[in-house]
Amino acid sequence: MTTVTLTFREALNRAMCEEMERDPNIFLMGEEVAQYDGAYKVSKGMLAKFGEKRVIDSPISEGGFAGLGVGAAMAGLRPIIEMMTWNFGIQAFDQIINHAAKMLYMSAGQFPIPIVFRGPNGSAHMLAAQHSQTVEGFLTHVPGLKVISVSTPADGYGLLKSAIRDNNPVIFLESEMMYAFKGEVPEEETLIPIGVGDIKRAGHHVTVVAWNRMLHRVLEAATILAAEGIECEVIDPRTLQPLDEPMIFESVRKTHRCVVVDEANSFASVSAHISDRVHKECFDDLDAPVVRVSSEFVPMPYAESLEDRVLPGVDRIVAGIRETLY
Amino acid sequence: MKQDLMKQKSKDPVLSKDFLVQLYKDMILYRRFEERVHVAYTTRRKFAGFCHLHIGQEAVAAGVQHALRPTDYMIGAYRSHTQAIAKGIEPKAVMAELFGKVTGAVRGKGGSMHMFSKEKRFLGGHGIVGGQVPLAAGVGFAIKYRGEQDICVCYMGDAATNQGQFHEALNMAATWKLPVLFIIENNRYGMGTDIHRTTSVDHLWKRALAYDMAHSQVDGLDVLNIYDAVKATADGMRRDNHPHLMEIMTYRYRGHSVSDPGAYRTKEEVAEYQAKDPMNMHGKFLVASKLATEADLVKWDEEAKKIASDAEDFADQSPPPGEEEIWQHVYAE
Repeated sequence: MTTVTLTFREALNRAMCEEMERDPNIFLMGEEVAQYDGAYKVSKGMLAKFGEKRVIDSPISEGGFAGLGVGAAMAGLRPIIEMMTWNFGIQAFDQIINHAAKMLYMSAGQFPIPIVFRGPNGSAHMLAAQHSQTVEGFLTHVPGLKVISVSTPADGYGLLKSAIRDNNPVIFLESEMMYAFKGEVPEEETLIPIGVGDIKRAGHHVTVVAWNRMLHRVLEAATILAAEGIECEVIDPRTLQPLDEPMIFESVRKTHRCVVVDEANSFASVSAHISDRVHKECFDDLDAPVVRVSSEFVPMPYAESLEDRVLPGVDRIVAGIRETLY
Repeated sequence: MKQDLMKQKSKDPVLSKDFLVQLYKDMILYRRFEERVHVAYTTRRKFAGFCHLHIGQEAVAAGVQHALRPTDYMIGAYRSHTQAIAKGIEPKAVMAELFGKVTGAVRGKGGSMHMFSKEKRFLGGHGIVGGQVPLAAGVGFAIKYRGEQDICVCYMGDAATNQGQFHEALNMAATWKLPVLFIIENNRYGMGTDIHRTTSVDHLWKRALAYDMAHSQVDGLDVLNIYDAVKATADGMRRDNHPHLMEIMTYRYRGHSVSDPGAYRTKEEVAEYQAKDPMNMHGKFLVASKLATEADLVKWDEEAKKIASDAEDFADQSPPPGEEEIWQHVYAE
């Protein structure tokens, strides 16, 4: 397969442009997405390409424009709503949770909500408590939502296209720290199905599950451990709701050990759920309890040294993996 | 007032005898339907949960509906049984939904607060105060996006105007000139709180001033007045795609929900409004104008009672949803 090298932001941009060229009912709305080219330049050039009817600068009213998107979806359009960050997206949780997620069910199938809410999730660098949160723990909890969290430009490209074509509300989680990451993306139009994980590194000693920015730290940790002869199998679920459980279980049945690395706070998180599922489904295959490496259960502090300590660092990930290898 | 109305009648060919009679038939149907619902809930204990009745406010549902086109969209809050019926959902389907039956408007999955009909363009029934207001802006956005001539009516109660989402939605609708008719049914109380105790402005239409939005206040005790106001407003909105905030002054006779004893207002106040009940006033107008006889009013009342009672029988006899329904409609294909 021929590939091209794209940054994360270019890959996401390409996905949106291809889909908008295909379907005139798709529009992009969010703060600074049009004239400013996007706060993180993900929508660069889209205003020029699609015009102000389809690429729309919103007021700073996350609840309002998220709700506008849901209403537009009820009336047959397919909105892409950009949250400048998911921290601001919390303002829109009423619309996402109370309206988008439940509309199909409450209307007994009459009103599907084909909408994508996308934007950067998690911490960046020294942004403090209100700009460093992850939302997948909150949103994977809600029936009716699909939640995608991507770690590479290729996955971002292929999964954003699938998210836009999906007839459900899809939460699409990116990362400020990854927008400049480069990667190989198929030159041909490619879709990646929602709900299918990806083995980012094959191994046979321990299964490590991670997504989004933490995936890259896990790959670093795996390289360090490989030098000692410890081979990690690194699984990127890519979609957190629905979760590719069979891929995780199959790997654990082979390695007999499992570590889940999660940028979220430790309590009631996606990693807690995966750990529960692995314990239940792979109990007889496990040689050690599942270990979770998460952020500390505190609001994110500002100081660089403290932020580094709160997040799962490579050292803590390596230590977590070692914990299973007794 | 009667003379004014007769003058209007002569000017407006739409105000035919059939139309004026239909307004009365609609209002009495909504009244008798909601009364039946009340009995089914309280005496017969056929269902539980929240149940917000529209009794007293029927003129709004009737007057607004007749001013719309069938293709116009409508979205409401949690007091929307009669709005759903007005928009074309069968009374049987509404009653069965209340009873939690599979024959209900949404197969027993929504209940009192969540009636929907895609076919009739009734977009719910929403239970989070003010949450439907941005949705309406989105419907208006879609109408404008496709260059259609429809409008979206968004009902809300007076207290919804203090939600942030109301203000965000009005700002967007005004900025982008979205064809949404925001209708505040001002029945003076947000649940048990007099709206003036929680609101900085004396009239809720003033909320439009902050957004440079067209606005009006309408006497909701006169069904023809509501019809005229909405018709004229909707025609203007279709011409030049703009939103409008309309405050309709109305009153509910029953509690906020069926479990509300109404200790926050006097019996005299309720009686005062009941004395000028819009449905009865319209009935008197029909008789005085020789468009109907007292016997006609009684006959139509009986017909309305029959429809409500048939709806109740239908709901009684319908089965509940099967357990498999739990897993359906969580995600779309």
